[in-house]
Amino acid sequence: MALSHLGASASRSSSLLKPLSSALSLRRPISGDNSPLTVETSVPFTSHQCEAPSRSVETNPKELLTFFRDMALMRRMEIAADSLYKAKLIRGFCHLYDGQEAVAVGMEAAITKKDCIITAYRDHCTFVSRGGTLLEVFAELMGRQAGCSKGKGGSMHFYKKDSNFYGGHGIVGAQVPLGCGLAFAQKYSKDETVTFALYGDGAANQGQLFEALNISALWDLPAILVCENNHYGMGTAEWRAAKSPAYYKRGDYVPGLKVDGMDALAVKQACKFAKEHALKNGPIILEMDTYRYHGHSMSDPGSTYRTRDEISGVRQERDPIERIRKLILSHDLATEKELKDVEKEVRKEVDDAIAQAKESPMPEPSELFTNVYAKGLGVESFGADRKEVRATLP
Amino acid sequence: MLGIVRQKMLGQSLLKIRPAISVLRSYSSAAKQMTVREALNSALDEEMSADPKVFLMGEEVGEYQGAYKISKGLLEKYGPERVLDTPITEAGFAGIGVGAAYYGLKPVVEFMTFNFSMQAIDHIINSAAKSNYMSAGQMSVPIVFRGPNGAAAGVGAQHSQCYASWYASCPGLKVLSPYSSEDARGLLKAAIRDPDPVVFLENELLYGESFPVSDEVLDSSFCLPIGKAKIERKGKDVTITAFSKMVGYALKAAEILEKEGIDAEVINLRSIRPLDRSTINASVRKTNRLITVEEGFPQHGVGAEIWFEFSL
Repeated sequence: MALSHLGASASRSSSLLKPLSSALSLRRPISGDNSPLTVETSVPFTSHQCEAPSRSVETNPKELLTFFRDMALMRRMEIAADSLYKAKLIRGFCHLYDGQEAVAVGMEAAITKKDCIITAYRDHCTFVSRGGTLLEVFAELMGRQAGCSKGKGGSMHFYKKDSNFYGGHGIVGAQVPLGCGLAFAQKYSKDETVTFALYGDGAANQGQLFEALNISALWDLPAILVCENNHYGMGTAEWRAAKSPAYYKRGDYVPGLKVDGMDALAVKQACKFAKEHALKNGPIILEMDTYRYHGHSMSDPGSTYRTRDEISGVRQERDPIERIRKLILSHDLATEKELKDVEKEVRKEVDDAIAQAKESPMPEPSELFTNVYAKGLGVESFGADRKEVRATLP
Repeated sequence: MLGIVRQKMLGQSLLKIRPAISVLRSYSSAAKQMTVREALNSALDEEMSADPKVFLMGEEVGEYQGAYKISKGLLEKYGPERVLDTPITEAGFAGIGVGAAYYGLKPVVEFMTFNFSMQAIDHIINSAAKSNYMSAGQMSVPIVFRGPNGAAAGVGAQHSQCYASWYASCPGLKVLSPYSSEDARGLLKAAIRDPDPVVFLENELLYGESFPVSDEVLDSSFCLPIGKAKIERKGKDVTITAFSKMVGYALKAAEILEKEGIDAEVINLRSIRPLDRSTINASVRKTNRLITVEEGFPQHGVGAEIWFEFSL
């Protein structure tokens, strides 16, 4: 494969430097440097109504190491959330993203914090990639005050407006028209930025998606619709839900691109391409071919509608973290031990955040009545007996 | 009607006592007439002119000049970037409106009638009303959903429902329903300026009705407070609460009752959510009798909510 060829040439040139670099390795930080590196994506892009971007992705050691660290962090975070849920510290819904990390990480590498992202309920990792802290994640999952929504949102309602992350939505498909609305506002304000509206293969059949796509195409909005196709809409396989599971083609007159969603570099390349396209030509659809290891949510074992062999097969062949690990090792950007150390570091970070989150208190009962309105009217709320004023709505 | 005659007579008598006129500021001697349609149009015009973030979106609001001519002249004045004709896709364009509000713009989304808002009700409730709460204050949604509500003239069951009680039951929404031109102007301006999602329920049959408006109402900074009802007619024997078109019927009923020696107090609710409970309570404490009038279905309606206070 193309990778091995590049790997061989890299090791040939670095063999001269080997004695020097090994002496320096004790002092060289694992953050890597910015020297350019070109990597080929796993598979070429498939396009619809547009010309596919090149398979060769420009990157650098620093970026690859950042990818590794961020994805390892997300993976550890989701697995920790699984344990917390089983320990009954998290209640309600909990939809885990492990397996799909490359989409969050690759997208973030291609855009700025001025571009908007909006997604559905599988939002923990997207929130983190937009700058959310682990404490905010775990505290919100456990419903504590230190959470990003002060414990009032829960797993499905993470928001970070200052880095243009608009949630976190529970109603399947609703986030797509909302995302097109964000793109409308960006165009109205002449910001030269774009919106990525993420949805799943389950939501891809929603009518409101096509309504919003129609308007976006008519008004040339800088909206990028990203279908995170993990092949199962809850428990329904894509071929049982969609007559045409080629989601990148479903836009008809809207161009589309099919991307290997387990390859962070392919995701980065596609998002970069999509941003340039959307700013000039209006909406585009990206289909990320990805996979989730967990079931739909914590109440789903994930094995009644798919085989364990399938899950372990994907884990062995296509795992996004393993791909980046192999890339880093083959290019000699870090040693295996260094990468293991990163994973240990990340594990500790997650554990510390959980400990800190556990100390955060639950919201006060008075919070039931706050934030109902941005501008309340001092209206008094009585209890059921209508005799005593229970709260003055702020 | 009687009111206008009374005012004209007063105006003539005032001319004779000119020097004392400055004391009697509350009366404008020659009251201007304005239809509800003109009131809404002028309110939209002024708010769009004052704030570049305000824009109007809906079916036929632009080139058609508005399905009921409420947005007449606005496309010409503000251009197609701020007055947007949408396809017939309520779920889509309501969602786009809410998304624009998330980003910080101030959309006014028009539904041709609120019957069609049911296609978009998920966005009104789940995407707009609940967002500020679920995000603990990060995502405020300064959007206005407006359009005719309730029955028109013989348009059939699918086009005649009143949605006041549906929307008013949802925390996070503010629900307003004007009657007169003064209400229409003041409440629409307040709704557009408000940082929360507002459902603004107009009435098609009121669009053509004319009401007197004072100079104060015509001023571009005129605004009515949200959450305050208006006592249209003071009385002492019975309280009649109503909103939108029913206020007109309540006032006519009060005139008929007057001939029978019954003095009715008519309250124009103006704001369905939040309900001005203190005004209603004070009135019922005075009269000890209550009649609630509404166009909507009686079960779980606005009247049922008002009645609940007094059934305990």
